[in-house]
Amino acid sequence: MEALLDPLQYGFFQRGLIVATLSGALLGFIGVYIVLRGMSYIGHGLSHAIFGGFAAMQLFAASFYVLGAGLWGIASAIAITNVARRSRLGADAAIGVITTASFALGVALFARFGSSGPAFDNALFGSILGITNSQILWLVLVTAFTAIVVFTRYRALLFTTFDPEVADVSGVKVGRTEALLMIVLSLAILVTLTVIGVTLVAAMLVIPAVVARMLTDSFGRMLVLSTIVGAISGLVGMYLSYYAGVPSGTMIVLVGTAVFLVVLAITGVRGMRRTVGLDSHAAPNVKEAIRP
Amino acid sequence: MAPSPLIALKGVDAGYRHSLVLHGVDFAVDHRSFTGIVGPSGAGKTTLLRLLLGSLKPASGTVERAPGVAVSYVPQLETVNWNFPITVAECVQMSRTGRRLPWASRTERAEVADVLERLGIGDLGQRHIRELSGGQQQRMFLARALIRQPQVLLLDEPTSGVDISTRHDVLHLLADLHDEGIGIVLTTHDLNGMAAHLPDLVCVNERIVAQGPPDAVITPDVLEQTFGARMEVLQHLGMLVVVDSSGPGRLAG
Ligand SMILES: Nc1ncnc2c1ncn2[C@@H]1O[C@H](COP(=O)(O)OP(=O)(O)OP(=O)(O)O)[C@@H](O)[C@H]1O
Ligand SMILES: [Mg+2]
Repeated sequence: MEALLDPLQYGFFQRGLIVATLSGALLGFIGVYIVLRGMSYIGHGLSHAIFGGFAAMQLFAASFYVLGAGLWGIASAIAITNVARRSRLGADAAIGVITTASFALGVALFARFGSSGPAFDNALFGSILGITNSQILWLVLVTAFTAIVVFTRYRALLFTTFDPEVADVSGVKVGRTEALLMIVLSLAILVTLTVIGVTLVAAMLVIPAVVARMLTDSFGRMLVLSTIVGAISGLVGMYLSYYAGVPSGTMIVLVGTAVFLVVLAITGVRGMRRTVGLDSHAAPNVKEAIRP
Repeated sequence: MAPSPLIALKGVDAGYRHSLVLHGVDFAVDHRSFTGIVGPSGAGKTTLLRLLLGSLKPASGTVERAPGVAVSYVPQLETVNWNFPITVAECVQMSRTGRRLPWASRTERAEVADVLERLGIGDLGQRHIRELSGGQQQRMFLARALIRQPQVLLLDEPTSGVDISTRHDVLHLLADLHDEGIGIVLTTHDLNGMAAHLPDLVCVNERIVAQGPPDAVITPDVLEQTFGARMEVLQHLGMLVVVDSSGPGRLAG
């Protein structure tokens, strides 16, 4: 009990705990769509792409850059989806170029203008420290926006994820729905980068969703479970990170992994079988149907 | 007098990025249609359905639709992602895109239950889609299509991979829907078990080779033009039976 309450006397830990829990929940929630669409590599690429903008935001700490980083992320998200849609082979290469270039730019910005050392590690692996109230506010706003988007477009999102071609002719605006999902994804990555870290965000998109998939065959329940697993990983990971003195992102991911192993042990072969084909890049849901 | 068509293709060429698959297609669907599309693999049967559905735009020619016409599609089971986490009820509900809220309303739940009941899978709503037999999976997608109250129903190979009695059931079900005034177009590889029982057939091989009732199009000449192989056509108990003449006694299709 002591161990749980003790760190709460520090304002920075309280903020860290809120952000970690909410971030875990948000990424777990969106991760369901990302994983089912076989898009986790896009999440991975995107977090690196956003890093350039994120570095600028961190270093110059002006609200103008928050906007800049957000637009940067959304622009790269849409660029990546468009490229990814056009051709399989070219997509990976193009994503590689866009994201690594942006990542390199972020690194360069940090090296040139940042205080070297800890700040850079924090950006890569997440940190409890230096979380401001305005960051919490942004995270809350993005979470609320995500909830509203999914709430009002639940069926459209589900339909385009499961069966885009039939969704298209059933009156669902497939392109618009996908663009919206990419915007939500980049915003979510942007506001969770501080606590999870650039290199580990993609893991938090994947792990809770996979765990949830092992536990259920229902889409609705998978969304709920994945959110819970993400939140628990964030909460527990934050405490462990405090006591172990390691970057928060690493512990959050490790807790998620532990949950995965426990669920695997419980569900066994049945759970494993459910994850077959999950996040398979070779099975894109986007079918080509265009004029010659 | 023929009713005015719900969907009409006129002089349509269509295909994909690299090549045209269909040439000069004229084809119409109305609420009296009960048409089977036959042809060899790669002939463009699914492509023709996509044109009717509207998911593929023609490269040239026109597709005319009656304003507000509701078209539903039942995909080929082989193309479905069976590992997707979704229950039968969730899958059927999904296509009711008019409603925005995630969960089903009371009337909607009743509608889903009704249509599943009607298709004989009323007690399977909470099952995962993979935990159904081939025939039940077919009915689930039929349920998803029907809950949108379509005027036209398009089905891609609705009887591939199901046994004879399921094929029978599907055929009867479709006949009932046809009687209710839903226009039906389906593709099939099964000349004897399926095509010969339909009132209207279209033979496709990159173009429309022939269209008409089975008596008129299931002939050795038309089949040879369509499939590129000589087949014999026999009469058996009033039914047409297609026999592959290269291997006596073996059924084609
Ligand atoms: N999405 C696509 N992109 C590119 N080419 C395609 C696509 N779908 C089909 N094709 C090509 O178009 C041609 C016709 O395909 P289609 O699926 O219409 O044939 P089909 O008659 O339905 O065959 P089957 O009986 O095997 O289902 C084939 O050569 C196929 O390779
Ligand atoms: Mg086909």
